[in-house]
Amino acid sequence: MNNCLEVDNLVVRRDRKTVLQVGHLTVSKGEALAVIGPNGAGKSTMLLALARLLKPAQGRLVFDGQPVESMPDLAYRRRIGLVLQEPLLLDRSVFENVALGLHFRKTPNNETARRVDEWLERLQISHLRQRNASRISGGEAQRVSLARAFVLEPELLLLDEPFSALDAPTRNRLLDDLSNILKQTSTTTVFITHDLNEASRIGQRLAVILDGRLQQWGTPKEVYSHPVNPAVAAFLGLPHN
Amino acid sequence: MEAIWNGLQNAFTLLFGGDSEVWQITALSLGVSGTATLISLLLGLPGGTLLALGRFPGRSFLMSIVNTGMALPPVVVGLVVSIFLWRSGPLGDLRLIYTPAAIVIAQVVIAAPVVTGLTAASLQQLDPRLRLQLLGLGASRLQMILALWREARLPLLAALMAGFGSVISEVGASMMVGGNIRFQTRVLTTAIVLETSRGEFARAIALGVLLLFLTFLVNLGLTRIQQRGRRR
Repeated sequence: MNNCLEVDNLVVRRDRKTVLQVGHLTVSKGEALAVIGPNGAGKSTMLLALARLLKPAQGRLVFDGQPVESMPDLAYRRRIGLVLQEPLLLDRSVFENVALGLHFRKTPNNETARRVDEWLERLQISHLRQRNASRISGGEAQRVSLARAFVLEPELLLLDEPFSALDAPTRNRLLDDLSNILKQTSTTTVFITHDLNEASRIGQRLAVILDGRLQQWGTPKEVYSHPVNPAVAAFLGLPHN
Repeated sequence: MEAIWNGLQNAFTLLFGGDSEVWQITALSLGVSGTATLISLLLGLPGGTLLALGRFPGRSFLMSIVNTGMALPPVVVGLVVSIFLWRSGPLGDLRLIYTPAAIVIAQVVIAAPVVTGLTAASLQQLDPRLRLQLLGLGASRLQMILALWREARLPLLAALMAGFGSVISEVGASMMVGGNIRFQTRVLTTAIVLETSRGEFARAIALGVLLLFLTFLVNLGLTRIQQRGRRR
């Protein structure tokens, strides 16, 4: 079993209207899947459904060989990590923010301190350890948000456009750091973005969502060389025959 | 002006001259209003949280009721609680009318909607995506709520202060359900009304100064807690 996550016929409805349809999609263990699409295409809805923070109308999720429906939501969520577009840090120190998920899991204090310090170091924010999270910059806040997710050593990491609100130089540095960390840790990742450049830098495979429907997924080479329809080709900026 | 100045001088003498009745009234006021505030907190914190975070039919209606309750006139509360506790009333067998317990009940009716409504408002002003983020980090429902309470601690303490302020200063309900009985149910506000009606302005001013000072002290304490660690 090499798949970390399998999605089958996932449908999300809002006010009786279908807002997301994903026929079939798999994420292999250790790979980074970049989900791309324009704003409002349904990417964030998909991420919330994958995190079980939004109940789909139908469909099946299989996580590590086990149907997610058969697991308690809390048990499932404690095996994944989630980073949203906004860092959403609490009015506490950076250390306490990064330790939050470990605190929820009742991890012993000495282990929490060791793991938090390790990830503060890896994300180059050790100097902010005791600073209140309300007094750090946007780029630093997103590093805290990433550290807060990585410290949990998640089996599946869900990232929802984490760098979209940052300026270009900060975004580039964070993309480099994230790419390196993902390579070093082989963390299975679903990375949502509307930016093709970000997708190609992070994703080993791409999934294209347009108008609430998964259109195509595969390696960047497959997707770019054979877009399945004119809409996908147009989104990728390619001519379509 | 002379009457006020004389009143203040006499008030000082009364306060620090060891008038045991003044201090007994003060202790009863603090005990009754403190208990009512505590009970209101126990009801209002979970109630306000349910209103802020819950999704259930009738939620908006309940919210309207609570918001209306925040402006309940104390005399109306006094009237309704009196009817219930009156010897021939539905709860007359409990024999609570004209006891400190009756004042506590009336003050809970006044303060609980204040604490509930302000708790709901405090939690609703937080970013709704914060709940998703906390759950996404593996928080249980209870852990999420505790984290939200801590995040909203400043407005929540303001809710507590508003609840205490609404009852320590009310007179109508305490007078009606307590009866202003000397050494039994006389609290600072009802005593001030009595002394003023008798023309005993010095005593009324002394009690008024005490009431203001007490309210200031309690709010000073709560404000210190509220602001502690606000900026580290």
